[in-house]
Amino acid sequence: MTRVPRSVHPGAWWAWALGLATAASTTTNPLLLGLLLAVACLVVAARRGTSPWARAFRLYLWLGAAIVVVRVVLHVLVGLKLGTVALLPVPALIMPSWAAGIQIGGTVYLEGLVGAVTLALRLAVLVVCIGAANALANPKRLLRAFPAALAEIGTAVVISVTAAPQLAESVQRVIRARRLRGDSATGLRAVRQVALPVLQDTLDRSLLLASAMDSRGYGHRVDQAPSARRTTATLTLGGLLGACLGLYGLLDTTSPVWLGVPVLVLGLVLAVAGLWLGGRAVQRSSYRPDPWALPEWTTAAAGAVTAGCLLVQARLDPVAMTMPIEPLSAPALPLLALLGVLVGALPAVLTPEPPRSPARKAVSRAPTLAKGGAA
Amino acid sequence: MSAVLLEGVSVTYPGAERPTLVGVDLAVDEGELALVVGRTGSGKSTLLGVVNGTVPHFSGGLLNGRVVVHGRDTRTHRPRDLADLVGVVGQDPIAGFVTDTVEEELAYAMEQLALPAPVMRKRVEETLDVLGIADLRDAPLRELSGGQQQRVAIGSVLTAHPRVLVLDEPTSALDPTGAEEVLAAITRLVHDLAVTVLVAEHRVERVLQYADRVVHVGTDGRVTDGLPAEMMLTSDVAPPVVELGRWAGWRPLPLSVRDARRAGVRLREALPDASPTDLSAPRPVAAGRGADRSVGTALSARGVVVRHGDVVAVAGVDLDLRAGEVAALMGRNGAGKSSLLWAVQGSGRLTSGRVRVGAAPGRDPRSMDARTRRAAVGLVPQTASDLLYLETVAAECDQADRESSAPTGSCSALLERIAPGTSRTLHPRDLSEGQRLALVLAVQLTADPPVLLLDEPTRGLDYTAKRGLRQAVQELAGQGRAVLLSTHDVEFVAETAHRVVVMAAGEVVADGPTSEVVVSSPAFAPQVAKVTSPGHWLTVDQVRAALPAGAP
Repeated sequence: MTRVPRSVHPGAWWAWALGLATAASTTTNPLLLGLLLAVACLVVAARRGTSPWARAFRLYLWLGAAIVVVRVVLHVLVGLKLGTVALLPVPALIMPSWAAGIQIGGTVYLEGLVGAVTLALRLAVLVVCIGAANALANPKRLLRAFPAALAEIGTAVVISVTAAPQLAESVQRVIRARRLRGDSATGLRAVRQVALPVLQDTLDRSLLLASAMDSRGYGHRVDQAPSARRTTATLTLGGLLGACLGLYGLLDTTSPVWLGVPVLVLGLVLAVAGLWLGGRAVQRSSYRPDPWALPEWTTAAAGAVTAGCLLVQARLDPVAMTMPIEPLSAPALPLLALLGVLVGALPAVLTPEPPRSPARKAVSRAPTLAKGGAA
Repeated sequence: MSAVLLEGVSVTYPGAERPTLVGVDLAVDEGELALVVGRTGSGKSTLLGVVNGTVPHFSGGLLNGRVVVHGRDTRTHRPRDLADLVGVVGQDPIAGFVTDTVEEELAYAMEQLALPAPVMRKRVEETLDVLGIADLRDAPLRELSGGQQQRVAIGSVLTAHPRVLVLDEPTSALDPTGAEEVLAAITRLVHDLAVTVLVAEHRVERVLQYADRVVHVGTDGRVTDGLPAEMMLTSDVAPPVVELGRWAGWRPLPLSVRDARRAGVRLREALPDASPTDLSAPRPVAAGRGADRSVGTALSARGVVVRHGDVVAVAGVDLDLRAGEVAALMGRNGAGKSSLLWAVQGSGRLTSGRVRVGAAPGRDPRSMDARTRRAAVGLVPQTASDLLYLETVAAECDQADRESSAPTGSCSALLERIAPGTSRTLHPRDLSEGQRLALVLAVQLTADPPVLLLDEPTRGLDYTAKRGLRQAVQELAGQGRAVLLSTHDVEFVAETAHRVVVMAAGEVVADGPTSEVVVSSPAFAPQVAKVTSPGHWLTVDQVRAALPAGAP
């Protein structure tokens, strides 16, 4: 079957990644966690595009590795050491009685270390799942789904998404320019000398972008009757107020019951209605709308199946989903969970390939690189 | 009915002592190309911003009077409500891009106007063709050249089918060829689609011949407008061809090279045959502050190669700069000019090659620390303001004196020579473009480097500021310094440089005296050279000097 290369709906990738993340959160079994990690990496490698976001995936892998390392170091320093197989004799610091819960140093046992590593691994896999969603789904395309009524907030989000890479660029540029002044100040003084021009630059660019979005019709509203505008404002404000009251009632045990969940739900309903009404005044259309077709259903379903299988397995046989620590033994490989994780890898083959941007000629690439690099 | 109507418009920004625009009455008819001229900081951008309501809706400030665009008043319509009527393109196209690829950017404005998808598809294809960028359809915006980016920026507002197009210095960052592309696209819109165009431009010579009306914004905020030939008789900004026409007394005043050539038959006959090459040769070198600066090689570079990743920016360049010489580095956007300057200075990347400063054998700037290097080769980068971070001009000057261990007041004295009367108490950001450049130049000159490199110093400067820069550069060369400046401004090169080095795709393709290199190239020839060809006259001053009795 030949498929036309196209990008898959960003929502589908998020659904898939959240499914994987949910699955990862149910288990400490290193076999399953390792498989989930492998599945996420496989799909990213097979289906990511060429945007800078896609290239940032390795940062998430490094972050995951850092989480594991930090957890191990913390375990050795202040962790509660349990077990029988001594690994590393570290002298313990005797704490006074008011800090009895904290153990500094102490012999490191294999069981405790394995437990710490598997817990850290779970968190790392969660982070990598989110990273996979970021690498596969272009955040700018996802922004299109932003509620139309909140146009001003949308402007801010677009600017922050655009400004982040530019910020790194201007930091490099200003640091290079500092050298031209023969300035080798370090520490706080250097921060000020770099930060001021960079912040000015970023602020200027942000204002230019906001102005450009405005003059190109972003947040353009069709004429609405004043009564409709008033209704929208009342609904939204009243709804948000209700939600706040409801939350207060829910958390404060002394307040009457009706102030809790009922007010919260009512407030949320009113707020959503207000947003919907306000959004009707902002009319937008979509050039090449991201279709939601079979590949999207497949992708989202794959994530759901993975999450479902592991949740069911955890209900049926919770022991198989954990790393047996006391006594230490090899982890089990439950069949249902294994199948679930493998289903999560299907998007790597069942979705169309992402479009490849055509190779640019060296001449037309040079300007950007010359400016971005050591121009 | 006028397409754009301004009635008694005054604009005062918050905190400003006096209004930026005063009592502006202006009517631009449909299908007109109005060229907005004026000194830097005179309020050209404000006048353009008023048209689509960015001033005061976005910028803040107080607007008196009435602005009506095709029947819509900006008092009741915000910029976003005029998006289907007025298209705005700024100076820096990349700063206004919202999406990632050319096609998405072209569609963005239409999406906001909720046009149906089939209409959008059709208009995107049409616009790609009108601007000649169909082959760039899927290209990432950041990888385009400057001229391509500017055309995409124009296309991205055209898709909404605006009836008024507002362009703020659309060609200021572009090389001559890129500027031609953009201007060709604009004139095509005016002639084929009867779009009303308001365009502000410092390099008046590029647009003047296409303009139906010239709007002059004075430094006092008063605005006058009229036919180009009439306005140019008295305007305080005038391209060389107009200056030549004023001096020669040609009426009607020529606005294009073609007009001037037709009017200048007798001038060409009267000009002596001898070419003024000796005028552009380096003058005898006076003793500078450093005694060792005799005539000789100030900087020598051999086989300079700069690579950024897999892109070769500079591909084996040999370059010698002599003391007392002003050399201009020209070439397309992305030809490797900036990379060469940074590599030669020693702070930028240098993949291979050898650079020596001073008389043979010379010293390698790379082996020095940042302070010594700065005293050997000075560089003013493209974004000159990157070097400034203090609150006042005076503080920057004191800091520069400390950095270069120069006597107190050196930098301030230099600044006074380059840009007399620059306020010492202002924040550097509040200076005009020319004054800010002068400040950075003074800061870099405080270290007294025998070699000075300037990366696009003429960007955003008006004619007066360029004259100041020219005098400063020539004075530096007179002190025995070698000056190398990269620029796209052929008129500035013709008046300033002794020698021109042209780069293309990282290589030097031409290197020689200004009169020989620029005259032979249609893109780089200054207007006076085109008018007086086959003679080798480059500037109005040269012609004036050759005919002291006045024009025939």
